[in-house]
Amino acid sequence: MAEKLIHLIITRQDSPDSTPYKEEFKIPYRPNMNVIGALMEIQRNPVNAQGQKTAPVNWESNCLEEVCGACSMVINGKPRQACSALIDKLEQPIRLEPMSTFPVQRDLSIDRSRMFDALKRVKAWVPIDGTHDLGPGPRMPEVERQWAYELSKCMTCGVCLEACPNVNSKSDFIGPFAISQVRLFNQHPTGMMNKHERLEALMDDGGIADCGNSQNCVQACPKGIPLTTSIAHMNKETIKHGLKKFFFS
Amino acid sequence: MAKGHSFLSHRLHSLLGLFPIGLFLLFHLTANYQATRGPEAFNTAAGLIENVPFLLVVEFVFIYIPILFHAVYGLYIAFQAKQNVGNFGYFRNQLFLWQRLTGIITLIFIVWHVWETRIPKAMGAEVNFDMMANILSNPVMIVFYAIGIISTTFHFSNGIWSFLVHWGITVGPRSQRIATYFTMVVFVIVTFIGLRAMSAFIV
Ligand code: HEM
Ligand code: SF4
Ligand code: FES
Repeated sequence: MAEKLIHLIITRQDSPDSTPYKEEFKIPYRPNMNVIGALMEIQRNPVNAQGQKTAPVNWESNCLEEVCGACSMVINGKPRQACSALIDKLEQPIRLEPMSTFPVQRDLSIDRSRMFDALKRVKAWVPIDGTHDLGPGPRMPEVERQWAYELSKCMTCGVCLEACPNVNSKSDFIGPFAISQVRLFNQHPTGMMNKHERLEALMDDGGIADCGNSQNCVQACPKGIPLTTSIAHMNKETIKHGLKKFFFS
Repeated sequence: MAKGHSFLSHRLHSLLGLFPIGLFLLFHLTANYQATRGPEAFNTAAGLIENVPFLLVVEFVFIYIPILFHAVYGLYIAFQAKQNVGNFGYFRNQLFLWQRLTGIITLIFIVWHVWETRIPKAMGAEVNFDMMANILSNPVMIVFYAIGIISTTFHFSNGIWSFLVHWGITVGPRSQRIATYFTMVVFVIVTFIGLRAMSAFIV
């Protein structure tokens, strides 16, 4: 009996500036493999479907349990994590592409710096550094903790940016995830003390106004984060902030 | 676009889409609907508008300038998006695309429509039932007007949905879903009024 094979079509790119091209691979099947496992197989034996030796495919991964966000790529047209994409559940040939909304470094690895810059821009943290002990912070009501926990699951994976039609080379939109992070930190009892700084950041160019309501983000997010609810909520908060500033200061 | 004004411009664009442009659309289609009660009824309605004091100022402040801003900034927004309904065929993403397509179609229609009715008026012609009946005596124009009307009413109805989100009025998925049903009903009603009004000019 012929050996069962996995057929992959991978969009490759040798360097950040070179032109992408497609390369096909046929690798031996094992049960319960994920896409990372298939890529490791190519790494072990870098021979393409034509039987020619080639450079091993480059990708990024860390946790292998869908919590770090490093292994995001476009699998059969949908951006998702390669570590939780099971070969048995994918239609073949399996098409792997980098998330090209981001600068491609090499093959499937991309540079997500714009996301970390966005988090810095909106100050997505709780500033508690001081020269003396500030004492314990205020407590958070349990009902709020529950939904805040959902928002805190964001792993900066970039899937929501890849899915968003308004995040592209023509726009500097910070992306859905950053808006949701503002909602998270603005309702934290201590983070709340700096909420105006985050609102102002959201109201700057490339901020919340660039959302055009395609709502792809909430469909695509692997963590099920209610991104569109966060965005609509922050729409309200930024409008309120803007009106208050205009009339009362 | 000027630096740092994106939030303000977007919100102004959104607001103008509904007030006054959307309100004007409703008013305009209802006035035209008078034609279903005969040429005299329409001419009376048109005559009432003609008698608004400082009509030209009112038209510029409440209609021409807001539409011009909404259209120019709308085109800028529309062409900033990189459409991806091929990979993400979700309902809202389809409507996202159509909101932008109908914006462009509506712009073409409005420019033509203003050219055909307001420019002759400025040259001294009278805007009345016969003017429209004359335009719509051409079957090609009937198709063009029908597409223009449906495009505008879609853009307006789906725009209400978008407005409600942009101003933080519908926040959760349930209210947004109800708003979808509501705006669908608005679309059907306003489209009926628009097309029925148009048909009254076809003699
Ligand atoms: C003349 C050409 C027009 C163009 C190019 C245009 C373009 C656009 C675009 C691209 C949007 C989406 C904005 C966003 O979601 O961020 C939009 C929204 C909207 N437009 Fe227009 N539009 C035009 C005319 C009109 C007209 C005639 C009306 C009224 C009947 C209208 C009413 C609206 C409304 C209510 C919104 C929703 C605003 C929001 O999203 O908050 N537009 N328009
Ligand atoms: S919000 Fe969801 S899709 Fe977006 S970066 Fe965070 S985890 Fe990824
Ligand atoms: S390796 Fe961490 S999410 Fe896939």
